[in-house]
This record gives sequence, structure tokens and C-alpha cells, in this order.
Amino acid sequence: MNTQTSSATAKAFLNVNNVEVIYDHVILVLKGVSLEVQEGKIVAILGANGAGKSTTLKSISTLLRGERGDVTKGSVEFRGERVDQLSPNDLVKRGMVQVMEGRHCFGHLTVEENLLTGAYTRNISRGDLKLSLEKVYDYFPRLKTRRSSLAGYTSGGEQQMTAIGRALMAKPTMILLDEPSMGLAPQIVEEIFEIVRDLNQREKVSFLLAEQNTTVALRYADFGYILENGRVVMEGDAKELASNEDVKEFYLGISSGGRKSFRDVKHYRRRKRWLA
Amino acid sequence: MQFFLEVLLGGLLSGIMYSLVALGFVLIYKASGVFNFAQGAMVFFAALTAVGLHDMGLSLWLAVPLTMAIMIVLAVAIEKIVLRPLVNQAEITLFMVTIGLTFFIEGLAQAIWGASVRKLELGIEDVPLEFLLDNAGIAISQFDLVAAGIAFVLVAALAIFFSKTKVGRALRAVADDHQAALSIGIPLQQIWVIVWGVAGFVALVAGLLWGARNGVQFALTFVALKALPVLILGGFTSVPGAIVGGLIIGASEKLAEVFLGPYVGGGIEGWFPYVLALLFLLVRPEGLFGEKIIRRI
Ligand SMILES: Nc1ncnc2c1ncn2[C@@H]1O[C@H](COP(=O)(O)OP(=O)(O)OP(=O)(O)O)[C@@H](O)[C@H]1O
Ligand SMILES: [Mg+2]
Repeated sequence: MNTQTSSATAKAFLNVNNVEVIYDHVILVLKGVSLEVQEGKIVAILGANGAGKSTTLKSISTLLRGERGDVTKGSVEFRGERVDQLSPNDLVKRGMVQVMEGRHCFGHLTVEENLLTGAYTRNISRGDLKLSLEKVYDYFPRLKTRRSSLAGYTSGGEQQMTAIGRALMAKPTMILLDEPSMGLAPQIVEEIFEIVRDLNQREKVSFLLAEQNTTVALRYADFGYILENGRVVMEGDAKELASNEDVKEFYLGISSGGRKSFRDVKHYRRRKRWLA
Repeated sequence: MQFFLEVLLGGLLSGIMYSLVALGFVLIYKASGVFNFAQGAMVFFAALTAVGLHDMGLSLWLAVPLTMAIMIVLAVAIEKIVLRPLVNQAEITLFMVTIGLTFFIEGLAQAIWGASVRKLELGIEDVPLEFLLDNAGIAISQFDLVAAGIAFVLVAALAIFFSKTKVGRALRAVADDHQAALSIGIPLQQIWVIVWGVAGFVALVAGLLWGARNGVQFALTFVALKALPVLILGGFTSVPGAIVGGLIIGASEKLAEVFLGPYVGGGIEGWFPYVLALLFLLVRPEGLFGEKIIRRI
């Protein structure tokens, strides 16, 4: 049916199987999410605020445990092995790193120090470390000029680049990228997605990215899943999804009658101001 | 003038000893956001253990490394038993826990080694340096100078450790954002053990120096209270801040005692640092060198 799942014989690179997540022992957030990423692909998880995108990524990277969230059902396999009981440290060593939503740079460390911490799990010589660093600077030339500034004082775009660069320093084969477009100007978003594509093609890094910005995400992704209320409600080739009428209507803000929803929102806002 | 210099230098040198204690606080606060109330107890525990082993007949060259090994065991135990189950709890909870830890460590030290005051001889005499006394007429204790030298080396080593080494950088990263540190594979537990181990080492050095000067006794735990104004002055997160803060507190309390004391009937030394810290708190709450709270809007 589609390129992602066509070869049932080939085991997926990352395989998330019917995962259920409960926060604080009572809040059921993921109600059985299944998805997979084939090696070398860019896969997008799309959905509105609170749909459970970040939770899905964190259940894969096992960062959930630090937030009082529990995976109560299901399994996660990475390169054919169960990984849901591992620590983030183990996962990074195996080649999977998450770039968290909101970037989370180390604000009091310089940009370069941020990058260097990314190589913590690798036992490499000074020379190799330097090579890795140069490679990251090749992809993000902008970071090289800001290398000795405190990350906390750099722009949002530079912080996003620092966060991705820092993850790259771990030499991952799979990056979980949460909301890279958050709060950035369209031009910077484009720049970052171009680099993601570049990394995907030249470094063979697979990506699973969560995005609210459906338009951009579908343009760069190979495959997409649409999440709603903790369930996958639709999946398919990125191109198919982008041209699907329902997706257009609900997530791209376009329906056959033009950008109706957008205008409605504006109208509503205006009225509210009048009433206030 | 000579007398002023003498008081000033004496104050600076004793200030370095405060810095040493404050340093232990800073290390743990930086890496785990925990205000470790037990740092004073650790100073006491380390000093008492070293002296205890020494009194049992071990040479200092053996007793001190052995004590260090025990401090590392303590760090591992604290991480396993106390910190790990309390991950993600509020800061105030962890603070309370370190208060509990204080009583435990103090009790443990006394249960093992008894409550009597012990003398510690490091082989450095607390006498005025003859050279300075003869040529400049200033009486500066030889012991104080050695202590200052040791503190200086320790601080320089720590500064290099934090800025140049992989583990040092990771420690700062964890201090900044432990979720992000986790996400790139830095194992928090390992980092905590290292940090408490280093704090244990600093406590040991401070304990030996203070112990040699005032005797190893329960009162050593109160030294920790003197570290408080130092921290407020220097900032809770700054290694250089702990040093400079210590120097300022040390010098100003001695100067205040000698030059202001007579007018108010003396006894200033005890409370002057706190007043200084309080005033400072009003002007610069993050301390002299404390990391500015970065806020981009
Ligand atoms: N630590 C937590 N404790 C309790 N509930 C949580 C926690 N984290 C997330 N949730 C809840 O889980 C649901 C899904 O959150 P999640 O962050 O995964 O959504 P998202 O799709 O990433 O949204 P966004 O686009 O806003 O980032 C939300 O309703 C949220 O309130
Ligand atoms: Mg999210």
C-alpha cells in the first residue's frame, strides 16, 4: 500500500508497538500508539496541541520516566531489540538521541561547550572530538561564529541549531526531533528543515519528528502519522497526506472553500475585543 | 599601618578557610540544585575519621587516602539510598533530606570515633613566619600561609576540572538542565556520585586544616554556618565567588572586630559577616559572581 510498510519482511529500524502512557498513575495520555520508522527515512508525527506527540517521543527515548510518566502497555524496538527498559544513556550509546521540545540548551555553557557535552557517551580522542565538532560546524556555519557565546544569549534559531548539533555529536543513527519549528520565523524553519534533510541524505540519520507545522513537516518528511487524543487516526505517505482533503481541512487550515477556519478565528478575536 | 596589614592578612588567610567550606556547598548546588546542609557534617566526619585512623597508629599518608576512600563510599551510598529515590522531588524536600543527613552523619561519626576532642598534628607549626616578622614587622602564621597555598591549589584544580574536562563540563550541563543532560545520555547518577565525591574531598581538606587549627571536635560542624554569608556574598553557583566571598568575609570580620569592636564593646566577629551578607542580599541577590539568571523574552 505504501512505501513505509510495503516490505513486511524487512524489520523496521524503529518499531513502536501499541504503546500506552499514563502520567501520575491516572492520566491516560497515549491510548495505544503504533508506528514505525524505516532506516534512512524522515517520519513526521503530526497533531494539535496536547495530541500526545511529545509524549510519544519521550516514551521512545525513555525520558518519560523523569516526568512521572509510565509506559503501561506496548513495546519499543530499535534495530530489532527491545529498548523500553533501557536508560537514556544506553539508548544514546546505541545511536538514538532526542532533541527536546523547546530546545533545552545549556544556557550557561557556551555554544561550543554545548556541542562538546553531546559527545559525552563517546570515548574518543581529542582529535576525533575536534573532527566531529568541525563536522557540526559544517552543517551549521552560523554556530561557528557564535561558538564562544553563552547559549542562553543566542537567538531561538541558533539555540535550535545548537540543540540539533549537540545531538549530532553523539553520532546518532536516529534522531527524535520534537517541534523544531517552535517559535521560529518561517525562513529559519526552512533553513533548519533543509539541514535535517541534508543530514538525512549525507549522514544517513533517520528522523522521527513531531510537528504542529504540518505544511512544512509534510514537505520534508517521507511518511506521516496523524495523532489525535493519544491515538493514531491517519497514516500515509507524506505526499498523500498533504493532498488528502481531511488533512487539508483540519491540519492545513485549507478547505475547498478557501481558508475558512483561519478567517473564522480572526473574526472571533475581533468580536471578543469589541465585547471586552 | 603595619598593624592594619597584619589584621588584614590574617583575616584574608582565615577567609580562605571559609572559602574551602563554601566550595563544598557550591559544588553540590551547581550539579544538583540541592543546598547540602550536611556539608558541615561532612567536614566533621572527614576530619574525625582521618584523625581517628591516625590515632589508631596509621601514618597520615595512609589515613588521609583511606579517609578519602571512605568519603567516596559515603557519596555512593548517599546517591543510592537518598538521592536516587528522590529524583524529581521539590528542592525543599531535598533540602530537608540533607538536614536529616546532617544528623545521621554527625551521629555516625561520633558513634564510631567517640565525642571527645582530638588533636591533629599536620606537622606545620602555627608560628609567625620569621622572615616577615624580621623584615616587615608583620606577624603572619606559617600555618595560615600553608593552608592558603593548599586552598589555592585545590581551587585552581577545580577551576580547570570544571572548564576543561569532559566530566567537569557534564557537571555544569547537569546543573543547567538535567532533563537535557539526560537526553544526550549523561548518566545523572554517575554525575551525582562524582559531585558528592568531590565535595567529600573538599570537606576532607577543609576538615584537616580546620581540625589542625582548632582541634577536631563537634564545633567543626558550625564552620558550615560561617560558609553561609560567604555563599550569599559570592553566589551559590560560583567557584570563584566562594573564594572571593571567603576572602571578603574573613578580612572584613577581623577588621571589624579590631577597628570597630572597641566602640561597641567587641564581639563583632560573630555576627558581622551575616549583617554584611544581608546588606549584600539587598543589592545583588545573585551574589558577586553568581550566574545571572538568563532570561530572554
Ligand atoms: N508530565 C505530565 N503530567 C501530566 N500530564 C501530562 C504531562 N505531560 C503531558 N501531559 C498531558 O499529556 C497530553 C499530551 O501532551 P504532549 O506534550 O505529548 O502533547 P503534544 O502533542 O506534544 O502537544 P504540543 O504540540 O503542545 O507540544 C496533554 O494533555 C498534556 O496535558
Ligand atoms: Mg509537544
